[in-house]
Amino acid sequence: MTKKSRLHLPRVPARPGETPDFSYVQLSPAGSVPRPQVNARARDMGALSVELVRVLDDSGDAVGPWNPHLEASDLQVGLRHMLLTRLYDDRMQRMQRAGKISFYIRSLGEEAVGVAQAMALRPSDMLFPAYRQQGAQIVRGISLVDLMSQLLSNTKDMCKGRQLPVMYHSRANNIFSISGNLATQFPQAVGWAMAAAIKGEDNLAATWIGEGSSAEADFHYALLFASVYQAPVILNVVNNQWAISTFQGYAGGEQRAFAARGPGYGMPGIRVDGNDFLAVYAVTQWAAERARTGAGPTLIELVTYRGAAHSTSDDPARYRAKDDAEHWPLGDPIQRLKAHLIKIGEWSEERHQAMSAELEALVASSWKEAIKFGTMTEGPRLNPSTMFEDVFKDMPQNLQRQQALLRKELG
Amino acid sequence: MANMNMIQALNSAMDIMLGRDPAVVLMGEDIGYFGGVFRATEGLQRKYGEHRVIDSPIAEGGIVATAIGMSVNGLRPVAEIQFADYIYPGFDQIVSELARIRYRSAGDFFAPVTIRTPCGGGIRGGQTHSQSPEALFTHISGIKVVMPSNPYDAKGLLITSIEDDDPVVFFEPKRLYNGPFDGDPNKPAVPWSTHPKGQVDEGYYKVPLGKADIVRAGADVSIITYGTMVHVALAAAAAMNVDAEIIDLRSLVPLDVETMVASVKKTGRCIVAHEATRFSGFGGELLSIIQEECFWSLEAPIQRVAGWDTPYPHAFEWEYFPGQARVKAALQAVMEPA
Repeated sequence: MTKKSRLHLPRVPARPGETPDFSYVQLSPAGSVPRPQVNARARDMGALSVELVRVLDDSGDAVGPWNPHLEASDLQVGLRHMLLTRLYDDRMQRMQRAGKISFYIRSLGEEAVGVAQAMALRPSDMLFPAYRQQGAQIVRGISLVDLMSQLLSNTKDMCKGRQLPVMYHSRANNIFSISGNLATQFPQAVGWAMAAAIKGEDNLAATWIGEGSSAEADFHYALLFASVYQAPVILNVVNNQWAISTFQGYAGGEQRAFAARGPGYGMPGIRVDGNDFLAVYAVTQWAAERARTGAGPTLIELVTYRGAAHSTSDDPARYRAKDDAEHWPLGDPIQRLKAHLIKIGEWSEERHQAMSAELEALVASSWKEAIKFGTMTEGPRLNPSTMFEDVFKDMPQNLQRQQALLRKELG
Repeated sequence: MANMNMIQALNSAMDIMLGRDPAVVLMGEDIGYFGGVFRATEGLQRKYGEHRVIDSPIAEGGIVATAIGMSVNGLRPVAEIQFADYIYPGFDQIVSELARIRYRSAGDFFAPVTIRTPCGGGIRGGQTHSQSPEALFTHISGIKVVMPSNPYDAKGLLITSIEDDDPVVFFEPKRLYNGPFDGDPNKPAVPWSTHPKGQVDEGYYKVPLGKADIVRAGADVSIITYGTMVHVALAAAAAMNVDAEIIDLRSLVPLDVETMVASVKKTGRCIVAHEATRFSGFGGELLSIIQEECFWSLEAPIQRVAGWDTPYPHAFEWEYFPGQARVKAALQAVMEPA
């Protein structure tokens, strides 16, 4: 080992103290990428996985073949959901810092992903989210009180205190239980979609994964099974550039875009501007129609930027340039949709401020309501003996015995 | 000697081994530039370069498998799995491959891989950041399994593990990283600087695998334990004024049967304690061995203290954790006259 190492290590563009550099992000002009027929052959649309589908241009106009031509009222709903997601995140981050909840994960800068994608799907479609798509929970109508109660592990918590904060679920609203183990949901969504096909139903499954955890084998199982069985599933890679401190180059993004994994497995891969609400909506709608008409799965890479820390346990100032986010070339999803709505005469600063104030008040009143059901330190608390429930459908004897022992231990 | 917490002691072990042996490489998620989510590898990439302290993709199966390949090609990889709860994507590579390469090749190939991984609860980690899966690994022939309870042992055991020509899974009770913990979350945290085992030799030294530590000698009852529960057992026995002999196993495979058996033959009473789930836990193995070796010396049924047979619930961390109350109940039961 006296010779010099020849091992290649992916380059990280900007560490703390260095100048942010996003020249590695390949951009395409808005409106420039063709939109194939939804039943086109995967092998004929390889370019979609290399180019970047964009609808909103720099002047706030919606251009090109991917423009979904949504009603202004739908765009306003999208803006509202994204803003609510951000305000909810901001407040929950503060509540974690104040010691009211143990942990939190924000979706700052990625709100278009969960919101636009959930809006482009039907309520009967099944979602298998990761932990940063709270926007989809909000679109599906999960109340803030319910979301907050999960964070608080209180008496209204849908998980009965068993899961870390942000690991929500809603059976009634077709949102699967989020796992703290990465990537596991990706092939499960494929299985759900295979079952829909077996049962002859036209619902589809959509799932999300970070580009970092696309390194896990589960990601590759998902693509393989989806391709083999042409399952009605939308596989979304949220490429927010960072997985805690791991730069996307270490997940395999240096040599080839994540979307290009799709064509490798024989399915379309679409690389989309993840901060462009219209583009995200359009590609999701395209993939949904493709899946529903029996033309198979689609892999979507949402190119975005993790504006905040990985979680409240993380400090990105240790590993990436401090002003990185300000140099991100695809801007902010809320600002961009807002600018577009103003440009087409369907929005104004005044209306935006009024909506912002209204949503702030909603978040505040929801918090007041949620803490009535208890916090980690005050108010009503779930009975600890409930921890023995749901390990199995029927409680076995050893757990019944342990439940009695715990009651004794607690006096 | 210097004051070190467990993180600093582990860091020192890896620092020394990187310095002594050019074959040693570190690999894992967030371990390089960032220094690891618990800071165990802080500064080591800067000191030894990114070719020896290697950031990995988020793929535990890939980490274990490439560590095996590296080790077969002459390196001595120390892989970090960020939480023991995340080790399962690498399980097949550990069980079917790492454990058996020496055996299936009749000794022609071997894989000196050390897998470090934080385990246990106590940091509000919920069911995916709190597990103690050591029994899954002690059940596999061909893997050594280590779990230190203090900084001094952690450093010496890690150096021994890295130098060992067999694979080692090295569990680090994360609640002990910053200080000893007696099981009472309401007491202010105590730093390692207040504890004799927080005094750590700055140089190279080894603590052998398969040699238990009698943390406290006693005459009335033997408490056989490891990891966080060493401190809980000490506190519970002291609170009950019982003259307990407390044995910290330090390594589960190889297991120091001799020390256990000598102790139980002396005291005639025994408690085994671990944080992991009770059913099929490592305590069951300990109990069997003691029954086999010490049956005629026992004056009371052996008691078992463990976590409940449920996943680790976020909201009920301390009701799940086998704290002093559970150890005291076991002491009471085992000390009752027959």
